[in-house]
Order: sequence, then structure tokens, then C-alpha cells
Amino acid sequence: MYMKKTVIDFLLLENKKLNKDNFLLKLQSPIPVSELFPGQFINVEIKDASEIFLRRPFSILDVDYTNNTISLLVKILGRGSKKLTDAKEGQNINAIVPVGKSFTLPTENDRILLIGGGSGVAPMLFLSKICGLNSAKVTVLIGARSISDHIDISDYQSFGQFFFTTEDGSLGEKGYVTNHSVFTANLAQYSKIYTCGPDLMMKAIGKIALQKNIFCEVSLENMMACGFGVCLCCVEDTKTGHKCVCTDGPVFNVNELKW
Amino acid sequence: MVNLGVKIHDLEFKNPVLTASGTCGFGEEIADFIDLSLLGGIVVKGTTLKHREGNAYPRMAETPSGMLNAVGLQNKGVDNFITNIYPRIKDLDTHIIVNVNGSTIEDYVALTERLNELDRIPAIELNISCPNVKEGGMAFGISCPSAEAVVKAVRKVYSKTLIVKLSPNVTSISEIAKAVEGQGADSVSLINTLLGMAVNAETRKPVLSTITGGLSGPAIKPIALRMVWQVYNAVKIPVIGMGGIMNATDAIEFMIAGASAVQVGTAIFIDPTIPVQIVDGISSYMECHKIQSVNELIGSLQC
Repeated sequence: MYMKKTVIDFLLLENKKLNKDNFLLKLQSPIPVSELFPGQFINVEIKDASEIFLRRPFSILDVDYTNNTISLLVKILGRGSKKLTDAKEGQNINAIVPVGKSFTLPTENDRILLIGGGSGVAPMLFLSKICGLNSAKVTVLIGARSISDHIDISDYQSFGQFFFTTEDGSLGEKGYVTNHSVFTANLAQYSKIYTCGPDLMMKAIGKIALQKNIFCEVSLENMMACGFGVCLCCVEDTKTGHKCVCTDGPVFNVNELKW
Repeated sequence: MVNLGVKIHDLEFKNPVLTASGTCGFGEEIADFIDLSLLGGIVVKGTTLKHREGNAYPRMAETPSGMLNAVGLQNKGVDNFITNIYPRIKDLDTHIIVNVNGSTIEDYVALTERLNELDRIPAIELNISCPNVKEGGMAFGISCPSAEAVVKAVRKVYSKTLIVKLSPNVTSISEIAKAVEGQGADSVSLINTLLGMAVNAETRKPVLSTITGGLSGPAIKPIALRMVWQVYNAVKIPVIGMGGIMNATDAIEFMIAGASAVQVGTAIFIDPTIPVQIVDGISSYMECHKIQSVNELIGSLQC
């Protein structure tokens, strides 16, 4: 079923600090959110901040389809995200939802590798949870600078096998996700790779997936003004011309990109 | 019941609130959010004779109370519009106006001739003010002789309502308005974006791929209001006002300054329901001030 794009006042149920610059915001929706999937995002109005004019897009960490709540992982990157993390529980958060296309959900014969870097971990955790695969078929590789940048994933542990990398070696293997043994040892065992994180990380992963001819989807986050395909500001130069990251993406198969 | 109807040349609008070109696609993109038939009109995305990919990313920079864009008229060309888009939107119960762009006078004329054949397009908005294209666009709108030349050529081949969209990047917008009125324009719409720029202090690089771009949003509203008022006093044809309109009060201010109708643009990016909220807000204002016809507001500034 198609969920109509709507401007909604959500109720902020919970605003929890996860580590030094990551927050979990749990929003109560007044309407059913049954058609929200990993990779889609919501475009949030930042209130009472005169210097902030445009909405800010945030990817969805989790959806409780029964209670109609949405959880966001908000990493402080600039003024907008900082202001949002100052919001108080009980406050209204205005957002446009849903925005963008989701990742292609795997089928039951797939073995999938999910790779998240930085706040890109959010849609990967969400995907691990709702992809419908046995946890033995789901490998999740999460990269960060240091152990203090990692968020607690214990709520998702049962959905897959989790591996970590840090640039300083303080958690898991030292180095980037593309240096990790899960990635370097036997990548061909995976039928689908999904990734979200910094551009350089996704490009490195995408190139190798292309070489090895493995299905690979990435989630881009180009700067956008509207989020619903009218301003044409967030375009990615693809093999078939400029595509809007907000409506044609944010999820793209690496095959479509000029990477 | 208040009367919201306004007239631009021969064309009657159910209310004075239109959506601005480049901010609502072809209308369909915002149909999830609002009932499009509640709008006075929809000015669809700037169209050119041939497909255009537009400028390279990045194309946008947020500014205090506004934004810069450098999209560069990305569109699939008039053939795609006529074949694929027009059949889907032609029966909407609102006026569909096409924003017309070209690099040369011949382009403008050829494109206009194609649009003249479409029964359900009662007007075009001739864009001689796009700041984000290398050839044509704003170049036509910043001098009286070139503005006159393009309007004269298009007027010859277009029998329906001809609106000319003016650039604010000129010394005297009234002079340009008078020049296009003299060549048979039925209305002028203003303002297009103001040429601006953003710099990244960390990298010492421009934020936009094109270095400069068009500024829109509430930041430009006082300039737009001033220009609408100046042009209203300079020409006899109706003026369509735009520039930073975010709510009904803004829209009413433009009408008091002389606009017969308004266009809502950048506000749609923030909340696509704003144009309909503005229609309702104008009604409430009129009821509150016991104004029967919205036409009483036009140019009612008391100096």
C-alpha cells in the first residue's frame, strides 16, 4: 500500500543521548506508519531557530508498526541537528513523511551484508530487523572512528551477526570497513550488499561490489531543499542523467552511479 | 462569502494564489499534500525546447531566511511535456501556466508555438529572468531592447495570455516592465531570484557549482514588495507578485502594494500546504476586515 506524503506533527516521546554526539529520538505519529521501510527518511522542521530555514532530513532507525512510532538516529553534524537534539520530550516535531525510496528487501535465499558507517548505521539496523531473514544469513559490519562513536546495538543483536571496525582499533578490527576480514575474506558468499555512510566508504564498497559483480545498494545524502522532488537541488549525476536523491533515491544500485 | 476571483488580462482565476515555477514541479509532485483545484493556478517547471540536464551538483545553499539555487532549468523539454505530462494534468480544475525559456529568440518562439496548440494551457509565463543559465535567460531581461525583442517575437505567435517574468537584477525594473508592456505583454510577474553567492570559509571554495545562484525566500521579500509597488505604478497591465511569500499576510501585503495575484515559491519547499493555507488566510482576512472582493485590496496602499 502506498503511504501518502504528509506534513505531520509528531509528538516527541523520547530524546535519549546515546553517546557524545548521537541521540535517539522516538516520535509518536497521529496516523498509521505501516508503510515506512529502511532507507526512507523524514524531513524535519527545525523550530525556533531563526538561522535555519530549510527542513533537515534524517534516516529512520526503527518503526514500531503497532504503536505507530518512528525512531530516528540523530547525529550532531551542524546547527540543525544540534537544535533538534535540544528538543524536549512532549514537544511537537513537524516532519514530512515518508520521503524517498527504500532499499530493495532481500528474498529468502539471499545472504546479505549490511555495512554502516557513522550515522549510516541507522537504516542498516532497521534493515537487519525487518528483512525477514534468519540471523545466520545477515551479516552486519559497522565502522566508526573510535569505540566512543559506536552506538549500542544490543536491541538488534539477534537479527544478524555483528562485526565492528574502528580507525583506532578501540573496538573490533582496526581500520576501515573495507579492511575488515568479513569484507576481505569471502565477499562472494553474499548475494546482496547494502550500505549507508560516508561517500568515500560507500564508493570503496561499491567499486569492489561492481568488480565482483555483487548486487549492491547505497544510500546517498546530497544536500536538498524540499525532499519531495520539486526543487531539483539534490541531484546525483547518474548514468541516465541527473536524478533526485530525495525521490529517485536516496537508495541507488551502484550500477546506476558513475562510481 | 467573500469573492476571491481575480482577472489577469482575459483570464479569470478562482483566487489570486498561484504556485511559482520551479517550486511545485508539474503540480503532481505536491498532489499528496493538497487538493490542487484549490489553487488559483499552477505555474509549472521552466520548460525549454530541448531536454536540459541543468547545472552540476551542488546546486543549493541555505542562507539566512532563504536559499540560493543554481538548478539551471533542468527539464526534459517541450516534447516530453506535451506527450507525457500535459495529458495527466490538463484536466485539473485550476489554470496550468507554462514557464517558457530559451537561449535564443528563435527558441522562445518555437517553444511558444508548440504551447499555443494546447487547449488547456491558457497562458504562458515568458521567463526572461533565469539567473542560472549561461545563454539567454536573464540576459534577455536586463536590457529594454532585448526584452522588447523577445516579447515582440513571442507576441506575434501567441494569442492567449502572455505573462512576462521579470528579473530584479536591473537598475530600473519599471523601465523593463514598461518596455514589455509596450510590446504587448498582458501581465508581468515579479520578482525572479536575486543573483547571490555563498562561500565556504574552510575550503575557500564557492558552495555552488556555478559560483553564483538565485536567492529566494523571505530574505528577498522587502525588495520584491518595493519592485511590485514600483511596477504597479509604472504600467497599466496587471502585476503578479512574488518573492518570499510565506503566509497570507505576506500575500495580502503584495496585493496592497499592487499585485493582482501572487505566486508562492520557496515556501513550498518548507511546507507544500502553505499555498492552500494562504487562500484560506486571505478569506479570513477579508471577512475580518469586511472586504467583499479581493480586488479591493489591489494597489490599495495608502501613502
